[in-house]
Amino acid sequence: MNQPASTKPATAETARQVVSAKSLGLTFQTNDGPVQALSNVDLTIGKGEFVSFIGPSGCGKTTLLRVIADLEKPTSGSISINGMSAEQAREARAYGYVFQAAALFPWRTIERNVALPLEVMGLPRAEQAERIARTLELVNLKGFEKKYPWQLSGGMQQRASIARALAFDADLLLMDEPFGALDEIVRDHLNEQLLGLWGRTSKTICFVTHSIPEAVYLSTRIVVMSPRPGRVTDVIESTLPKERPLDIRETPEFLAIAARVRDGLRAGHSYED
Amino acid sequence: MDTLRSKIVPVSTILAGIVVLWYVFAVVLNAPFQRDLDRRAGETPTTMEFVARTLAQKKPTMPAPHQVAQNFFENTFLRKVTSARSLVYHSWATLSSTLLGFTFGTILGIVIAVGIVHVTTLDKSLMPWIIASQTIPILAVAPMIIVVLAAVGITGLIPKALISTYLSFFPVAVGMVKGLRSPELMHLDLMHTYNASRAQIFWKLRVPASVPFLFASMKVAVAASLVGAIVGELPTGAVAGIGAKLLAGAYYSQTIDIWAALVAGSVVAALLVAAVGLASRIVERAMGGRPA
Repeated sequence: MNQPASTKPATAETARQVVSAKSLGLTFQTNDGPVQALSNVDLTIGKGEFVSFIGPSGCGKTTLLRVIADLEKPTSGSISINGMSAEQAREARAYGYVFQAAALFPWRTIERNVALPLEVMGLPRAEQAERIARTLELVNLKGFEKKYPWQLSGGMQQRASIARALAFDADLLLMDEPFGALDEIVRDHLNEQLLGLWGRTSKTICFVTHSIPEAVYLSTRIVVMSPRPGRVTDVIESTLPKERPLDIRETPEFLAIAARVRDGLRAGHSYED
Repeated sequence: MDTLRSKIVPVSTILAGIVVLWYVFAVVLNAPFQRDLDRRAGETPTTMEFVARTLAQKKPTMPAPHQVAQNFFENTFLRKVTSARSLVYHSWATLSSTLLGFTFGTILGIVIAVGIVHVTTLDKSLMPWIIASQTIPILAVAPMIIVVLAAVGITGLIPKALISTYLSFFPVAVGMVKGLRSPELMHLDLMHTYNASRAQIFWKLRVPASVPFLFASMKVAVAASLVGAIVGELPTGAVAGIGAKLLAGAYYSQTIDIWAALVAGSVVAALLVAAVGLASRIVERAMGGRPA
């Protein structure tokens, strides 16, 4: 597919900005009147960052991700991805999206599922095969090419869906609570693998979660959000090193950051009672 | 062993029950006429003799199962298939128009469903008409279709097949509208993130998602097609087909013939539904279905 000429960022400053939101707002019109899902969100995400969005249900973290992905249109403010509008970025296939569920097509084998975006984008067969092999190896699913989704465990299905999002080499990965439905052991394992993958590929990752340890373990920056209206209440820079073994979660540094996130969530008056 | 216990035993139990009930009804329903015959002949048979006679009439009100079975066997296996008395000959006449009408109907149903799913105007305008079309009594319309088409020179297989089409497009259209709309929002969003075109969403997502719906509605449609073909044969002047056989049997009070033709119709219906079921299972397997 042809990439628009404007994909190349104009200046060095925008080159580092993958996502840039300015006083972003989104109001849904519902039967019970308007609901402010996002209000006045200002956010800049640089290249190679791992940013987590955390907050209670209804804080707009998923909505924000969907706005970045151009699956929802903001009602006020502006958003740009790689210096383009969200729509242009989607049309240029600037990001891979991982949903809460694996959302694999049940009638396709794992390799055909990974091939889906490549087929849509019209890549030649040989290149498809090469990319499928490479991305399946990246998520440790080699040997499962010919299996159908129902033959795989939940964790493996979600890994296949990550492979599908990686297959077309977008620099930006948007992940909406991808491990939310998995048990904690699988989740730890996948967190570790995701971190390794991020280290090797230098992609920019936006990651929605409602687990504090997950957010702190993975991120270089944690965006704390709160509901009614959905807004950003705090942005916490992580001081953890890039190399993070699982037991880093017992270090005082980790616990301090986790405590700050928890304070941020509490300060957002998430649950008045 | 499992199929024996889970399928064969329950089915044959019900079958045996039906046969017993059938015999009872045959005796009861044929008794008045038999009593009349005996009275005129001046005979006084014993009860056992009387029962045997009620089950051996030439034109009984209610033929006994063994009479139907014998007639069915003779007219299926002991006659040349080209003979006008052969049930195979009549079944083939009906089957061929059923298959033609079913093919038309399935294609028409799919085309209508694709139109309804993709064009908002069609969704609003077409659906009420499609539903209204099925409220018309087909038995009243069928002769008119046959007569009108004969007037413009179309006779033979096509008019009968059109009645099958009329009955079979409906379940396919309704099923496919549902099937083409069955993809989850998440799958549609996924295709949206790839900036997939409408055609790509249709072929890669909507069509595969609709396949189970297609086969479910085809099972209903194929049975409806058979009914349509038989109804279409009733006013054709009774040349060939199960419908023609039924009509001829009614003219000459050949009740055993009527029942044998009905059995032939059921056998054809069972074969058709089984064929669709088999096709469905093969396609499901090819699409990675979980073995049940």
